[in-house]
Amino acid sequence: MAKSPANKSKSSKTKPKMKRDEALKFYRDMLLIRRFEERAGQLYGMGKIAGFCHLYIGQEAVVTGVQACLKEGDQIVTGYRDHGHMLACDMDPKGVMAELTGRADGYSKGKGGSMHMFSKEKNFYGGHGIVGAQVPIGTGMAFSNKYRETDNICVTYFGDGAANQGQVYESFNMASLWDLPVVYVIENNQYAMGTSVARASAETELFKRGISFEIEGEEVDGMDVYAVKEAGEKAVKYARSGKGPYILEMKTYRYRGHSMSDPAKYRKREEVDDIRTHHDPIDGLKARILEEEYSTEDELKKLDKEIKDVVKDAADFSLDSPEPDPAELWTDVLREVESA
Amino acid sequence: MSIDVLMPALSPTMEEGTLSKWLKKEGDQVSSGDVIAEIETDKATMEVEAVDEGTLAKIIVPEGTEGVKVNSVIARLAEEGEDASAVDDAPDPAGNDAKAEETTPEADGDSDEEPAGGDAEEADETPPEPSVLTLKDPEVPEGTSFVDTSVRDALRDAMAEEMRRDDTVYVMGEEVAEYQGAYKVTRELLQEFGPKRVVDTPITEHGFAGLGVGAAFGGLRPIVEFMTFNFAMQAIDQIINSAAKTLYMSGGQMGCPIVFRGPNGAAARVGAQHSQDYSSWYAHVPGLKVVAPYDAADAKGLLKAAIRDPNPVVFLEHELLYGESFPVPDLEDYTLPIGKARIRRPGRDVTLVAHSRMVGFALQAAEKLAEEGIEAEVIDLRSLRPLDTDTVVESVKKTNRIVTCEEGWRFMGVGAEICATVVNEAFDYLDAPPARVHQKDVPLPYAANLEALSLPGTADIIKAAKEVCYVG
Repeated sequence: MAKSPANKSKSSKTKPKMKRDEALKFYRDMLLIRRFEERAGQLYGMGKIAGFCHLYIGQEAVVTGVQACLKEGDQIVTGYRDHGHMLACDMDPKGVMAELTGRADGYSKGKGGSMHMFSKEKNFYGGHGIVGAQVPIGTGMAFSNKYRETDNICVTYFGDGAANQGQVYESFNMASLWDLPVVYVIENNQYAMGTSVARASAETELFKRGISFEIEGEEVDGMDVYAVKEAGEKAVKYARSGKGPYILEMKTYRYRGHSMSDPAKYRKREEVDDIRTHHDPIDGLKARILEEEYSTEDELKKLDKEIKDVVKDAADFSLDSPEPDPAELWTDVLREVESA
Repeated sequence: MSIDVLMPALSPTMEEGTLSKWLKKEGDQVSSGDVIAEIETDKATMEVEAVDEGTLAKIIVPEGTEGVKVNSVIARLAEEGEDASAVDDAPDPAGNDAKAEETTPEADGDSDEEPAGGDAEEADETPPEPSVLTLKDPEVPEGTSFVDTSVRDALRDAMAEEMRRDDTVYVMGEEVAEYQGAYKVTRELLQEFGPKRVVDTPITEHGFAGLGVGAAFGGLRPIVEFMTFNFAMQAIDQIINSAAKTLYMSGGQMGCPIVFRGPNGAAARVGAQHSQDYSSWYAHVPGLKVVAPYDAADAKGLLKAAIRDPNPVVFLEHELLYGESFPVPDLEDYTLPIGKARIRRPGRDVTLVAHSRMVGFALQAAEKLAEEGIEAEVIDLRSLRPLDTDTVVESVKKTNRIVTCEEGWRFMGVGAEICATVVNEAFDYLDAPPARVHQKDVPLPYAANLEALSLPGTADIIKAAKEVCYVG
């Protein structure tokens, strides 16, 4: 969003050194999320995905850039707009899509759905459907990191809507009080369902919300994956070094409605079109890749095709996978108690 | 191969809509994400975005068409290199119509959009609920000495023993450390275990309950103390939505070994907001275990079990029992199974079922009833979820009469659940309708006389027991 008033990020002024591999990885990762979400939208339209389905289209640079700052063992937790986070955590698109279709091969065996998916193996801790509930949970994971004396951090994502929940501030307070290694990433996509930030927040600069808890925060151009990465590295380094929490407010935008059944009448088509045309994170990176001659149109086209195939395979897999066995109704309610 | 563009559904309940406008025309290039058309239902207008790329070869459903069925083909794209003019413009080639029908949400019998339990004929048959293991209390070896211990100290000892045994166990809550516990249940834990493991929190129930859940996901075993369970209502979303449901919603990946504990129920003269029994609230929720002990031995043995349990446990204590002392077996590691009731007094004439502080009143009532020749059997539930209905039903089969005793309100209460179970499983054995003793259906009053009128006690139990025995 180079021209938007949101662009206050110091990091976007300097042009970080691009490395070819990194640029192409970012491109690939963002495109995978974009294509995955488009396909999910289509499957929803076909009645194959049900319930609530919140697409991440437009926000891809945020998770892609932040993920590049993390190391083995760092945890991720987010709200219900979570498909992009799972793909960024290297979870298998097949398993994610099969959960969306409610099938046995989904990450939660079909029992969680779009908003409730987890992968302990990939350190992805959900996927939480209650707005803001992931914030104390992520803070608690940071607590466990400190308690167990690891140097891992927890990245806790939430939106501009969740930023008005009380438990967010209860968490900020404890995280700062106890110097917990947590990075709060506020994905400010400008609308909490249909309510714009200005209509919901007395202080619209959400990175300042940590001030009274003595938490540092900054605003970042969330449509520029390099700006995200640069800010992310700073925040992650800060939290990992034991100094406590850090807030990054990512100014971003979602192209689609809040959920699949949202006609998005609260904003003008021109607003969406302007962002899509001028500030798209993927188009922006593509232009830079071509400018820097890291790749060619043809090569990128090949990559597009590859990703399309990955997503198509995931969709096919998700439709071929059986519904959960009826016996699964009763499993996973409680864990068995180990006998002494 | 051309690519079909299908009429999308805006919601799981949508069957058809109006194709109001085409934003691309035949021959236009289409990329993924391009808005190609607008559709309308009675509720909303939505844009149709392209998922695939190619040339818009044929528009099959013209704009302005009403009643377009979800999943019917509205256009076809020619893929790169394909001749757009050669693309078939048949409305729906053989087989495709039927397929579209099948995938329409309403027509799709086993799709997920079916409301739960909607159509019994088409739904999978519900598999039987798994049976619960029969639990047994451990043997207390002969010659074991018993030490008189207050409930407060028994709880403290349980925490201390488990913290010595497992260094992932820690306790957090308001005033648990330096103040030594608002009710002194965490007395001297700070001295032994230090501030890392005995954590004073700000007054922030919602926040620290959620933080505890996150810590449990992160590999610790938190004991979260609520100064009283009245304040846990601030945190009930985290207890139920996060702690209780996540194992299921994650397909078994995310265990949440956490104990939420603190005093529950009426204290003395503190008014309605500080005096409430949450037994039935938490016992309602699958994914939780709910424990409510009466005496010190059970408090100790069950709290140790709760801390070791891999599931979230709501541990309901009672402020008015903290100072009461009971014999506790002097054993190195006294743990009890969660989900097993204890027969506190055998009897043949009537079954009194109680938990927490009401057990004491039931025992007193049984003494008085015995003086009048009525032998009451007193069952201490100890755990409300799992609920040991076998022990209750077996007792009723013997006594043929039951009185449930709880401190909470009657409406949708623990007694209601037990009575329903007894009527289901021992209907032919009952010689009288089951009776319930409970708090009056009002917020607990402050005035001494009104408070006494509101709370259930020994006299209420005696009265109810005589009624079911048809005695004077």
